[in-house]
Amino acid sequence: MELQIDDSALVRDYISGDERSLEILINRHNQRITSFIYSKVLDRDVTEDIFQDTFIKVIKTLKRGNYSEEGKFLPWVMRIAHNLIIDHFRKNKRMPKFEGGEDFNIFSVIGDDKPNIEKQLIKDQIDSDLSLLIDELPDDQREVLIMRIYKDMSFKEISECTGVSINTALGRMRYALINLRKIIQKNKIVLTN
Amino acid sequence: MDQLYPAKQNCKLVSSSEETVRFLLDYSKSLSIVSSRGMEFENNLN
Repeated sequence: MELQIDDSALVRDYISGDERSLEILINRHNQRITSFIYSKVLDRDVTEDIFQDTFIKVIKTLKRGNYSEEGKFLPWVMRIAHNLIIDHFRKNKRMPKFEGGEDFNIFSVIGDDKPNIEKQLIKDQIDSDLSLLIDELPDDQREVLIMRIYKDMSFKEISECTGVSINTALGRMRYALINLRKIIQKNKIVLTN
Repeated sequence: MDQLYPAKQNCKLVSSSEETVRFLLDYSKSLSIVSSRGMEFENNLN
């Protein structure tokens, strides 16, 4: 008949340096603790992680000599596991997990707002072409267009800055756009992104 | 304890893998904690 050493004696032996005692403790309670964790998280990999973290805490506490619940080893380990399970769910709540399947790719839902290199090059080219076209406009129209589009000024501000009425500024802007379109059509320029 | 955590029949009984247990035992062997002047130092000798 095999003599079963109780947990408190094993804990005492382990603290004294007997590593074999830890192996007995882990193997003795492995199924109960793992099943408890699994019943909460329902994921084998997460269960293994939490089980591992639980015993890392157990090992550290015992080696530090901070364990004082003699005779209540399993409830103590269960409580550590329970706290780690709560931590796991808290962490997942902060950072929801997204898992891709065969017919689902996360990158089809999320993306980078920045244009890729090709689009950036095209945009730079268009900006450059557009500035050449704007240079072709009469001075007064060019001035209003630059203030409105590039400096984002209101027509009231433009009128104050240029010393003309708002209606005149509006008119100059209108003619600037008409003339730009004419230049684009005349030279058969294509500005697309 | 048995009353608090009964092995329910409808619960799936699972055990952690041998690798996990082996890792924990190796971790335990490699870890030593020393105290000096009120401070604790963890040494992991691999």
